[in-house]
Parts: sequence; structure tokens; C-alpha cells
Amino acid sequence: MEVREDLKYSKDHEWIKIEGNKIYIGITDYAQDSLGDVVFVELPEVGEEFDAEEAFGVVESVKAASDVYVPISGTVVEVNEELEDMPEKVNEEPYESWFIAMEIEDTSELDSLMDWEAYRKFCEEEA
Amino acid sequence: MKNRPLIFELGKKGRRAYSLPQCDVPRRNTKELLGENIIREEGPDLPEVSELDVVRHYTNLSKLNYSVDTQFYPLGSCTMKYNPKINEDVARLDGFTSVHPYQPEDTVQGALELLYAMDGMLSEITGMDRVSLQPAAGAHGELTGLMIIKAYHENRGEGHRHKIIVPDSAHGTNPASAMMVGYDVVEVKSDDRGCVDIDTLRDIVDNNVAGLMLTNPNTLGLFEEHIHEISQIIHDAGGLLYYDGANLNAIMGMARPGDMGFDVVHLNIHKTFSTPHGGGGPGSGPVGVKQDLIPFLPVPMVEKEDNRYYFDYDRPLSIGKVKSFYGNFNVLVKAYAYILSMGAKGLKEASQNAVLNANYLASMLKKYYELPYDRYCMHEFVLSAQPQKEKGVSAMDIAKGLIDYGFHPPTVYFPMIVREALMIEPTETESKETLDRFIEAMIELAKMADEDPDKIKGAPHKAPMKRLDETRAARHPVLKWERDS
Repeated sequence: MEVREDLKYSKDHEWIKIEGNKIYIGITDYAQDSLGDVVFVELPEVGEEFDAEEAFGVVESVKAASDVYVPISGTVVEVNEELEDMPEKVNEEPYESWFIAMEIEDTSELDSLMDWEAYRKFCEEEA
Repeated sequence: MKNRPLIFELGKKGRRAYSLPQCDVPRRNTKELLGENIIREEGPDLPEVSELDVVRHYTNLSKLNYSVDTQFYPLGSCTMKYNPKINEDVARLDGFTSVHPYQPEDTVQGALELLYAMDGMLSEITGMDRVSLQPAAGAHGELTGLMIIKAYHENRGEGHRHKIIVPDSAHGTNPASAMMVGYDVVEVKSDDRGCVDIDTLRDIVDNNVAGLMLTNPNTLGLFEEHIHEISQIIHDAGGLLYYDGANLNAIMGMARPGDMGFDVVHLNIHKTFSTPHGGGGPGSGPVGVKQDLIPFLPVPMVEKEDNRYYFDYDRPLSIGKVKSFYGNFNVLVKAYAYILSMGAKGLKEASQNAVLNANYLASMLKKYYELPYDRYCMHEFVLSAQPQKEKGVSAMDIAKGLIDYGFHPPTVYFPMIVREALMIEPTETESKETLDRFIEAMIELAKMADEDPDKIKGAPHKAPMKRLDETRAARHPVLKWERDS
């Protein structure tokens, strides 16, 4: 299972890449492996606002459909439409396959996220 | 699919099954008769085949059918019990098949009596006070039940209640139905015994709770032992308790949802009461309620006065109609036949044997697979193929492997709280010999996972179709057939 050192992680197995006031969100290698072959990704519209821990989309695999959550509140500024046509990217390159980019106001909210070491431990406990 | 062409790919241009006699009325020009604007320019692309082509095509397709009438069908949560043929005989009686829903009440007293009696019998079995027979199937029953809960709260001036609590082991239809009614879904996790975590439940419950939906026994096949405590927590907060009747087959005649504190239940007639599932169904999902909720049941209800049955539409608080006419009437006739032919003692024995069969399978298979919640189960149990997964063989591979032994696969990857889940429900109608053959197959598959994993990964080998690429089918579905050329 791959965990990247430059990313932050949520307990719902999303990864978060922070670029100033903008964050990119995707699902982790652990998440894609547990889900199995991803067959459909449903994404929000640019401009939609979400509160922390609110579901912003759905990822559907051959096994199950799961919500994906925003870790902190913000506004969607970009959507990775490529995933709608090529959901297999989520399995093949989980850390390149960002779902959405969000603009956030309060960067201090990010402090509650796990770093890569904490996330690796979190996954080991869950396994 | 080269070896099994579609009916459209059979035949030849101009081939006919029948030759019609000479036309003996004057021919008229349809364009003039009907107007040119509504006449299609190209003829419909219909199959042109002989009668024998048609007979062979559909007879061969029918031979691919897999059903309870052909083989063992341990599909967890679906209660694929045998559907006794006497049910069909009774449902085919002229008095039932020849009535019309618009007939005057006085000419269909027998049909009304049956509906009234079903209401009474299902009320008695579930411990409820009245039952509406209208909903068409389980999820429709859930929707109806939740609409009743909502109407009840609103009528009491408590329309602010917006939360429905659902366990993490629940059927996916529970949260979906709650969303359909406009409720917010709050999930409660399971404890390490596979039941609702009481402490978490206490934390979640507040004055905004409209109700809790629970399947008991739950989808792990485990009885929720703290049901009285759960009931008290929900009722103290002013909420109602909803019983998902998917697993009623485990407790008939032994325990009643009404006595456990449930206020609303739905039943799956096509599971517990032995009527066919799926395409051949249809289903039926009656909803039962306690006294306080009766005014909100759908209209009409069948009532009896002076030895005469009638439809009562005078129910001002009713949520209204949820289905045309009176529900799937003929399905109810079959269930009525089942209940009467089994009797109270027979229904109780059915549940006892369903539970016995499941425990027999669980105890024989837990040495070869993981049994994450190792307790006595009710009518079904959930194994995990995690030990096999570590060798590269998944629950799906085991499921496909069973097809080669002539068994329908169990439910897989559900409930979601068990990894590599194999959910097995044998039902009461299987003999020990059949169960033993199934055990043997499961043990052989576990051994194969050890010794020859590639063989299972390619299963099924003997089915008419080999392993299908489900992922590709879901990612790039072909939804329409088009003629080459």
C-alpha cells in the first residue's frame, strides 16, 4: 500500500494536497484497493460550497457505492472531469486522480488531518 | 455470444411463421386513411423467423434459467425458500383470476374477506394492530412506513424531527428510503458482537430523531439482544421504531416485532411467505402499525360491518394511496394459501428449521473460512473469505466457483462491515443432504484456494457463460443492440 509523504489524510481515506488556500482531494491507495474496480465517479459542480465532512461526490465500484467527503469547508473551484469518462484512473493512479480542487478560507482546519505516518498507522489498525 | 444469437440475428428476410389467408375486404391506402404525417417511412426491424426458430430460441434460453425449482439458492438476505405449488393452484382459482377491481363490493366479498383475513393474520404474526396490504414490495413498504412515521410526527406538531438512524449493517434500501421521504440519515455503528452499539446510539439520539430503522435479526444474521433498551432510548426521545421485515423468516411464531417495541413493520411476502421473487414475482410488501399509527395507513382499508366487507376511504389522516387498487392481490392469495397450509405450528417450525440449517452450515464451514462474529446465528450468517483473499482468492472467486458445483452463489460483499463477505441463507426447505453437498463444495473451494488458486480465479468453467468482465460491463455498458451493416 502506497502512502505519499507530501500529502495529508482524512479518516475517510481521502488524501489532501495543500497548495496555499487551495486543496486537491482524492482517495488513497488503501481506499481504491478496498473498493475494488471503480466503475463510476460522480462529482459536484464548480462553485458548489460544502461544510466540513459533508459528502461531495460518490465513488462506485463493482462491490459498493461510497460517498466521498470534504475534510474541511470550502468552495469547489475545479473538477476532474476526466474521471467521469475514465473511472479506472482511480485504481491505476490514485494519487494523480484528484476528484476536486477547493478554495478554503480557514487553513487552520487542516491541522486535524493526519500526516502520512499517522495515516499508515491508522490503516494498519483498520486492517 | 456467437453461439447464442439474438432472435434478431436468426432467420432470413421474408421468412414467416404463418401464412395469412387472402384479404377478403377491400384494400385502402393507409396514407390517405390516416394522413401521411403519421405513417413511418421505414418498416419496423422485426425478426423474420419460422415458428420452429421461435420455439427453439426461447426453449433453449429457458434451459439456462437457474431457479429454486432447479437448484439450491443460498442467496443471503433473500430467503429463497421453495414456493409450494399449492399456492399457484389456489391463486389460479377462477374466483380470484376472473374478478375485476372495479366490480361492486357486493360481488367480490370473497376477495375482500381474504384481504381482511390477511390483515388479521399478518397483524398476529408481527404483533401489530393493523396491516396495509398495498405496497408492491419491500422498498415500497419502507417508503410507505416512513411516510406514515412522518405523517404521525407532523400531526403531533413535531414536524421538526428530521433524523432517521440506521445501523452500519443495514440494507442499503433503509437509508435510501429515508432520503426519499426527505429525512437526514444518521448512521450508528455496530459493536464487536455485531449489534447496534448502545453507547454510540445514546450519543446520537436527540429531540430531532424521527425514528430508527432496524432489521432483527440483523444482516449479520444476529439477534439484536438489546432491542428493549434500543426501543426505550428511541421512544424516550419521542422517536419511533421501524422494523425491516427482510429477516422475519428467522422468528415467525417465536418472537414478534410488536412485542419488541417496534411501531411500524414491513414484510416481504416474496421472502417469508413463499411467493416467487423477481421477474416471476411480483413482490408484495405489507406495512403493519401499532394503534396510534392506524389513522395514517394508506386508503382504502378493508373493514367489516354486519357480516359485510367494504373499502373504507373515509380516513382523513391517511397518507393516501401508494399503489393502484389494493396491492398485488394474487401474490397475497398465494401467501394466504401458504399461511393456512402451514398453520401456526408449521410457521414456527419453518423458522426453527431455517435457524437450524444456518447454524449447521456455519458450524461446519467456520473451520475453513473466517466467521467474524462467532456466535449462534439466526436464519443466515456471514463468512469472510479474508484467509483466502490473502492467497489471492476473493469472495467473488469463491462465489463463481460454486456455480461449477451447481449452486447459486451466496450474497457477496454485503454487509459492508465484513470484508470479503459471503452471506449465506439456506432457508428451512433444504434437506440435510443438500446442505452436506454444499458444505463439501465450500470445503473443496477452500482447499483449491490453497492449492490451485488460478483454477478458482477462472471459474465458472462449466456454466454456459464463462467469467464475465463485470468491471468492463459497468464502465462501458452496451445498452443497445445494433444490426451490423
